[in-house]
Amino acid sequence: MSEKVKVIVDGNEVYLRKGENLLKEFRNAGYDVPGLCFYEKVSPTGSCRLCVFKRKGAQKLETSCTTTVTEGMDIELFTDEIEEYRKGILNLILSQHKHDCMTCDKSGDCELETLAYRYHIDLNSEIYPNIYDKTLKLEDSSPVLQYDPQKCIKCYICIKACDEIQGKHIIDMAYRGNNEIVWAGLNGKWGDSDCDGCGECVQACPVGALLPKDAIGKGRTWELEKVQTTCEYCGVGCQLNIYKKDNEIIKVEGVDAPANEGRLCVKGRFAHEYIHSPERITTPLIKENGEFREASWDEALDLVAKKFMEIKQKFGPDSLAGLSSAKCTNEENYIFQKFIRTVFGTNNVDHCARLCHASTIAGLTKAFGSGAMTNTNTGFKDSDCIFVIGSNTTEAHPVISTFIKNAVKKSAVLIVADPRKIDLTKYAKVHLQQKNGTDVALINGLMHIIYKEKLYAKKFIEEHTEGFDDFVKVIEKYTPEKVSEITGVPEEKLYFTARAYARAKNASIVFSMGITQHTTGTDNVLSLANLAMIAGQIGRPATGVNPLRGQNNVQGACDLGALPNVYTGYQKVDDPAIQQKFEKAWGVKLDNKIGLTVIEIMSAASEGKLKGLYVMGENPMVSDPNLNHVEEALKKIEFLVVQDIFLTETAKFANVVLPSRGALEKDGTFTNTERRLQRVRKVLEPLEGTKDDWEIVQLISNRMDYEKNYKDPWDILREINKLTPIYGGIRPERIDIGLQWPCPNNEHNGTPYLYKDGNFSRGKGSFTPVDFIPPAEIPDEEYPFILSTGRILFHYHTGTMSRKVNALNSFVNTGYAEISEADCKKLGINDGEMVKIVSRRGEIITKVKISDRVCVGSVFIPFHFAEAAANRLTNDALDPKAKIPEFKVAACNIIKI
Amino acid sequence: MACICNEKELTDEQKYKQLKEFIDENKIKEGYLIPILHRAQAIFGYLPPEVQNFVAKEMNVSISMVTGVVTFYSYFKTFPTGRHTITVCLGTACYVRGAKKILEALEEKLGIHIGETTEDRRFSMGVQRCLGACGLAPVIMIDKDIHGRMSVKKLEKILELYK
Repeated sequence: MSEKVKVIVDGNEVYLRKGENLLKEFRNAGYDVPGLCFYEKVSPTGSCRLCVFKRKGAQKLETSCTTTVTEGMDIELFTDEIEEYRKGILNLILSQHKHDCMTCDKSGDCELETLAYRYHIDLNSEIYPNIYDKTLKLEDSSPVLQYDPQKCIKCYICIKACDEIQGKHIIDMAYRGNNEIVWAGLNGKWGDSDCDGCGECVQACPVGALLPKDAIGKGRTWELEKVQTTCEYCGVGCQLNIYKKDNEIIKVEGVDAPANEGRLCVKGRFAHEYIHSPERITTPLIKENGEFREASWDEALDLVAKKFMEIKQKFGPDSLAGLSSAKCTNEENYIFQKFIRTVFGTNNVDHCARLCHASTIAGLTKAFGSGAMTNTNTGFKDSDCIFVIGSNTTEAHPVISTFIKNAVKKSAVLIVADPRKIDLTKYAKVHLQQKNGTDVALINGLMHIIYKEKLYAKKFIEEHTEGFDDFVKVIEKYTPEKVSEITGVPEEKLYFTARAYARAKNASIVFSMGITQHTTGTDNVLSLANLAMIAGQIGRPATGVNPLRGQNNVQGACDLGALPNVYTGYQKVDDPAIQQKFEKAWGVKLDNKIGLTVIEIMSAASEGKLKGLYVMGENPMVSDPNLNHVEEALKKIEFLVVQDIFLTETAKFANVVLPSRGALEKDGTFTNTERRLQRVRKVLEPLEGTKDDWEIVQLISNRMDYEKNYKDPWDILREINKLTPIYGGIRPERIDIGLQWPCPNNEHNGTPYLYKDGNFSRGKGSFTPVDFIPPAEIPDEEYPFILSTGRILFHYHTGTMSRKVNALNSFVNTGYAEISEADCKKLGINDGEMVKIVSRRGEIITKVKISDRVCVGSVFIPFHFAEAAANRLTNDALDPKAKIPEFKVAACNIIKI
Repeated sequence: MACICNEKELTDEQKYKQLKEFIDENKIKEGYLIPILHRAQAIFGYLPPEVQNFVAKEMNVSISMVTGVVTFYSYFKTFPTGRHTITVCLGTACYVRGAKKILEALEEKLGIHIGETTEDRRFSMGVQRCLGACGLAPVIMIDKDIHGRMSVKKLEKILELYK
């Protein structure tokens, strides 16, 4: 923090921080200086002139928002003359503003209104008649927001919020001068522009010009109750302030928290209405003769307990399995895996992390000793070089992408390696468009250059790693010529990337499903770990290897042991000491055999070995690869219990469906992608007839003779603290801080970045030589196209929540296939035409979207849409180590219909 | 800026190609948006949405930024201009000698207002505060020709000179 210097303000001595923004410092010092165009998160504009001051003896007024503090300033700030001047300015602003405060949604929360009151402005003044342009039309083409130019005070905050915070620059001022107006895209319409509806502009607007559409007329801020919670969509873990009235969500704002610094995306801000959907299930359902009938909780729970007991007695513990949920809280995941291990007596528990980052955990644990994101969300802002590989950050982790864009604006070098032309490529210095599934070759090629050009971190490697010599033998083979041939990336781009990454002061690697969802997923991750170690870009802020986790609590579900090989905190089930510890704590004999993974559970079911399955908040009938196979498996299972908030595609196959609660209806904690434990609060009173997931598990457990009576989630968290070293100090009384694990005890303040000074969890970082292996299925004559699947911004995972949100559906409401223009021409297909896409495992019919994002010979299909389920086509070939399926490469064909 | 008005009409494809070459030569220069828009207008005659979009894409800047600049400078036209441009002087001298009447007569005759173009794209019309020919007031200018001591009566004949 900079030094404080003496400044005289209206004759009084005050101490302000030298070099800081003067207006900010005034306000920090307790001076309530007005300022309508000042917004702390963006650069100062200096357009409203309300924050003026005068230097002693000077004639002219200056704006404090555009001045920095210097020593010895002698300032007039609240003299009568300056206050009178401010009043005049306010009169002028108000003369061009529509005074409909009585019916305006912003009333009570409007900065202009507050100032008009403070300065007793006469709204009927004849000197300042109200002359706003009544012909200006309300701009309401966006599904989520509206812009009223009659109320706009041209402060530029929205424009800067869009550009400087979110990095999008969708809006700007047009017709500058008398008629200036905020303009979206080409024709001024938000709905026709590239606006993705994040609503940053709405949150920033000081007046009622920009409003969230859905909230209009539903109550002013002071009538609403505000509750802070963690967003239930992706793993970024944004903190939300949810405003509610009569148990209905009215609007959402981002909270200035360490994970998101107040930023949100379209889902976080506008997509929570699913919780009020009439399609919610509110009573247990039991299937009889192929039809569901309503049942009481007692009847349903008795039946579930009885059937599971029967199966266990008849076929043994391993005939049962459970799928836990990355959407549920930490406490619920803990109790679920405990239930499977103690009551079922098996380690057959897994969840959808298997489908996203199983290879990350396997790879990073092997290389470093711990399988999580090494650094923080906001840390990317300070990186000098960011290497994004296999992560469509803008769509899958929108708020993290804004931090990356901020870094680019501060002149960081962004390198994107992705077969598709994703949004981030617009911001990148270089786009390495490698062929699908050639990542190992690409990364080895980069390391080859780093090694040959002696750009490697010699000292770091010697002191903190092992296995370097064997590893070098492998990368020696990956000459730029050879790599260029395998990957299709020009040599000069390889050189540029290798040099930029290795030479940067602080370089970060960001990756996601494009790396992990391959049969070589673990190899890909190991290669990235090698890359970080060879360049010594790890163990410092703004560096590291950063897997972006997909679900809101997928990190937590893994941490809490919803995995077949580990208990909580990655303590191995086959380690006798650990086994003993948990046997003692839980009071039962535990199995030391590693259990089945998601895909293996489905295979065992289709082979008839698995008889009973308990699914909590997962939807494998959309999320898993090779859905025809999953369908067959689910049909074969003797007794399937699904616990969810909706009758999902999977629940339709269930014998018993148990209605649970959404994240907005419960208390607990989520762990976000940067290992930060954050509080989940009960925003809404739960729907009648539903129960918390943890409570349902407990009720079944008690009926199966394993009595446990947790009173609330905090009871469970205290047990987690005791058994889980990395969570040891994150106790119920400390969960509001947002601590990052490892946090072993109550005195520990959490760990923002891992492996400080090269101290890896496993001791020394381990180099693993990795050779390139082509994907399991490559295009041939019969299936000449490469299919990859993924997410889009406007929908989420299997669509269970997002597809029940009108605003999101107005952006995108059904599936499609992105195909290149050249391929479409060759096949005689037009944009928007329906086509059949077939693979060796199935076929779907979907709409064509001609796109320059995919290259020739490739097809991309988002997997959210059950009616055109990409996963009917995907390959369930597995990575041998992590058992993650290859969602990112499958061979397919496009057939005109 | 190279004058290209005497060349024969190019196809759209050729125009975009010309523009792209110019952008590629200059896009790395800081703050070169305005010269590029000048060139674009010289090539296309005006800056329709498609051209603004093209410039934004090629320069990797946001579309709203391009639109913001285009709408700020009155020099940039977002609608096609006519073959001939009529400028009515509304400077003080012309005004007191009846320029307003001339303007109204023109508006009625051509069926367009200030800043618009006739449907047959024969005329565009604009106004100026003073053309510096007060001795000849009221004055109109068509393309580069000054016509002084204008009257509503004389208008017809003069317009006939411009096809």
